[in-house]
Amino acid sequence: MAENPILTIKDMSVSFSSPDEADIEAVRQVDLTLTPGKTLALVGESGCGKSVTARAVLRLLDNNAEIRRGSIRFEPEGQAPTDIARLKPDSLPLRAIRGNQIAMIFQEPMSSLSPVHTIGDQIDEMMIIHEGLKPKAARERTVALLDQVGIPGARERADAYPFQLSGGLRQRAMIAMALACTPQILIADEPTTALDVTTQAQILDLLRQLQADFGMAMLFITHDLGVVAEIADEVAVMYLGDVVEQGSVYDVFARPSHPYTQALMNSIPKLARKADRVRLSPIKGTVPAPKDRPEGCAFTSRCPYAFEPCPTIRPAQTDVGNGHHARCHLLTRVPVEEPA
Amino acid sequence: MSKLLSVEHLSKHFLLSGGWFGPERRLDALTDINLSVEAGETLAIVGESGCGKTTLGRCIIAAQSTSEGRVVYHPTSGGDVELTALSKREIKPWRQDIRMIFQDPMSSLNPNMRVFDIVAEPLRIHRICKGRELEERVISTLEKVGIPAEAVGRYPHAFSGGQRQRIGIARALVLDPRLVIADEAVSALDVSIQAQVLNLLEDLKDEFGLTYIFISHDLGVVNYIADRVVVMYLGHVVENAPTEMLFEQPRHPYTELLLEALPIADPLRRKGRKKEVRGEIPYLGNRPAGCPFHTRCKYAEDVCRKDKPALRPINGTAQEAACHFAEKLELKGAYEDAPIGHGVEASLDASRRPHVHQSGGDGSTAEFARNLPE
Amino acid sequence: MAVETMPIATASAAIPRPRRESQFGLMWRRFRRHKLAVVSLWVAGLFYLVALLAEFLAPVEPSAYSARFTYAPPQGLHFLHHNEDGNWQFGPYVYGYKTEIDPVALRRTFVIDEAVRLPVSFLVESKPYRLMGFIPMSVKLMGVENPRDPFYILGADRLGRDMLSRLIHGTRISLSIGVAGVTLSLFFGIVIGGFAGYYGGWFDSAVMRVIEFIRSMPTIPLWLGLAAALPRDWSALQTYFAITIILSLIGWTELARVVRGRFLSLRTEDFVTAAQLDGASDWRIITRHMVPSFMSHIIAAATLAIPGMILAETALSFLGLGLQAPIVSWGTLLQDAQNIRTLATAPWLLAPGLCVVVVILAMNFFGDGLRDAADPHGR
Repeated sequence: MAENPILTIKDMSVSFSSPDEADIEAVRQVDLTLTPGKTLALVGESGCGKSVTARAVLRLLDNNAEIRRGSIRFEPEGQAPTDIARLKPDSLPLRAIRGNQIAMIFQEPMSSLSPVHTIGDQIDEMMIIHEGLKPKAARERTVALLDQVGIPGARERADAYPFQLSGGLRQRAMIAMALACTPQILIADEPTTALDVTTQAQILDLLRQLQADFGMAMLFITHDLGVVAEIADEVAVMYLGDVVEQGSVYDVFARPSHPYTQALMNSIPKLARKADRVRLSPIKGTVPAPKDRPEGCAFTSRCPYAFEPCPTIRPAQTDVGNGHHARCHLLTRVPVEEPA
Repeated sequence: MSKLLSVEHLSKHFLLSGGWFGPERRLDALTDINLSVEAGETLAIVGESGCGKTTLGRCIIAAQSTSEGRVVYHPTSGGDVELTALSKREIKPWRQDIRMIFQDPMSSLNPNMRVFDIVAEPLRIHRICKGRELEERVISTLEKVGIPAEAVGRYPHAFSGGQRQRIGIARALVLDPRLVIADEAVSALDVSIQAQVLNLLEDLKDEFGLTYIFISHDLGVVNYIADRVVVMYLGHVVENAPTEMLFEQPRHPYTELLLEALPIADPLRRKGRKKEVRGEIPYLGNRPAGCPFHTRCKYAEDVCRKDKPALRPINGTAQEAACHFAEKLELKGAYEDAPIGHGVEASLDASRRPHVHQSGGDGSTAEFARNLPE
Repeated sequence: MAVETMPIATASAAIPRPRRESQFGLMWRRFRRHKLAVVSLWVAGLFYLVALLAEFLAPVEPSAYSARFTYAPPQGLHFLHHNEDGNWQFGPYVYGYKTEIDPVALRRTFVIDEAVRLPVSFLVESKPYRLMGFIPMSVKLMGVENPRDPFYILGADRLGRDMLSRLIHGTRISLSIGVAGVTLSLFFGIVIGGFAGYYGGWFDSAVMRVIEFIRSMPTIPLWLGLAAALPRDWSALQTYFAITIILSLIGWTELARVVRGRFLSLRTEDFVTAAQLDGASDWRIITRHMVPSFMSHIIAAATLAIPGMILAETALSFLGLGLQAPIVSWGTLLQDAQNIRTLATAPWLLAPGLCVVVVILAMNFFGDGLRDAADPHGR
């Protein structure tokens, strides 16, 4: 069967507290699994909690956020498992994982690259700190790495400052930095959102190639279903803090089982000729504020199929076959016909 | 159809000052742009960042001066109005006919003004009406875009991004314009909200008989909404064609590249490794000689590095492209039955696919709906 | 199977909850979260109240002197008294003085005499005066029952003048010069900075160079030079205004930079472009769209400029080049505390210094709070 998971998020909830408002549960009871060599895409609209989930894994959340329950079990091969949710923020064991075994890349490379150091120095530094390499050896590996992420003239570009590079090259440099210590997990938070389509295609290619080379697990956060279809093996759809549906990318796209996933897919224009053109059927209304989230299924207020249990009872995960499951009352109410 | 607006030999360059002592540098944002907009059509201008599409929009609406060429507006009353030759005072009446919708719903509404005043502002500036009449007109326009009357006293920050974009649309429409320039009007919105706004734009177009210039980088949206597409690269129009022709078979390699790079929300149509997509847009300041695209073009030959191809109709059709080999190249389109993937790599990718859960027919909403309560 | 579908769609999802708040409302809400700034606002407000009601609060005229009580130490104000019967008695009073001769220096010094209690009463009759120069009054906040008794809560100076009264009147001058100077700077700053920021071009460059030139000059010598050039025979009022102008000559540069910066960044905002495309005139764009958007920033910047003004006035007056003697300001008061001997014998003369520190800190914290509230992402 499949390889053992390297990261298992179980029943994780993240809450934000603020001095003059009630606490907000930004992520509630999320279960996710990352497997080496596979990509899990976390997809959803803004404010759905996908970035919070990713940041929780590295404990990069603001001070007013707290993982209230659940566990983040990190099990690298041949090592004892660690529950990241139980580690103290900024403790040594956490820092040993962060950047070293689990790395992250962001939407805006400038936010993670220091503007006053050259690209090469920054990557060298990672290797020197985490792996104790000598500066000379580190630079050799840096150049090889920059070359691998497709930066032309790697040796010269290593001496460039981030602002001297174009957006695409900067993104590549950030990826190189994330890969400096050959992490087992790469978390990519909307890495292509700020890029042009052609650059985006190149970066997606690169990530796929690097995953094949390094065999790392990837958690890919995006709002773009097109990108999901391009890069993901597994997909988890989030809405207002809930993972409403997850499964293999082929299953979820072929048989979206949660009304939200379906609505999302009907919201993107199909690439079709005028004759086959169907009018978009958008989801009505807007995403409610987290504090107005219905007690039951979060999607109740916008769901065309909502019925009695939806506003009050939170639907359980229902398996619709092949490890593909969704949280929707409809699935348990009306049994899905499974053709033989 | 009649011509509503024409752009003739429009060029725009910026002079970048080189500081106190350095030499000035010239940056060509637009080079010799020719296009016309027919009344009632939706013309999309697409391209990547820095291709000049936004500058073109701003030049058309005279938010920016032009360096050369003219923009001519053809009002219903007849006659030609050369917008580029008018002074600030002279152009004011025409601003009622040509309006703009902005990209960023956050920054395009004045945070210190109530929604009512934001939408009423153009009516007040043009002294079109006041008092009750003004009130009614503002409120009815807001209701048409889906902002309820009881919300007009609020400030923009109380609205979500999609609602703000609706307010921005109301501001554009309150003057009964003929041409609306939508500059990346749906790019900053979430998918579901984007669909709402696209539908709204379509409905309004029918209701008010509008013409749109739809500036966007998203080819999926453009295919959905546009009648004709202008593809820009480095300040040049490289292709100008009816939407379906362009997506069926592009005539410029850059268009092919864009279509190739477009991610499609269907894992079964995953395109495999796109080695074809290569290179980056050169910095505007060091524009290559010859065809602007030759540095990234896989079909480029010597002639491309020397001579700049002109935009011309291809094989006598409505499709125009600026490529020396436009007639000869067999470029790949983007529709579903168009060939996908590239030989070996595509089959490699196919081997990655697990057994697809193909049960239940087309697997669309229709199937789901069968399982729904009546 | 007919499963009932309940209409779930409540209107609340589509319509945002009503929040009829202007930018200032929002700003105030954010400001209140900043506890230190709120406390500072109270402190600064208290000082300005004192400045406003100076005549009423001060027990005597600032210039009233009494040669009998030179360098009298502070009496303090007491409320509880343990009387002869062993009971606690409530009521404000001060102790009297007795004179001692210092055997070494053969100098007369005052010592608090706890045997003499001088009852203090509130709202006492006084000579008629005009509050703030125009409200006729003849009541003071407090005074000793017998006007001939000494009443020096904060002690007396070289000429036996009441420090408390002088401090209160000094507060009025020092704080008002801060506000007047900032107002003047604000006027220059908004006009010049606004023009530079909105129209840009050569005017902008010229203004920026002038500002850089002015700011590159060492301020203290510049002030000294300008202040020294003031004619000696000017009246107190003339000097006061002259000093205000001198202070704002430097002060406007900082505000002009802030205004220019805001104009530059606002000019590229979409809503300003939208107003231009609506066909609005420059005047309408500036007054209706741009100025309201940065008013809160300007207020914050102006508040932060006040402490500098106050300090500058104090410094100038302390050096004897600002305001001159009959005018009472914190700076002129501190002039009396210039030598170490007086400090050793009469440390209470430093009270104005304490006021300066408190007010400056309060204004700074208040200004910081305002700035953070005006622009939560500005840092």
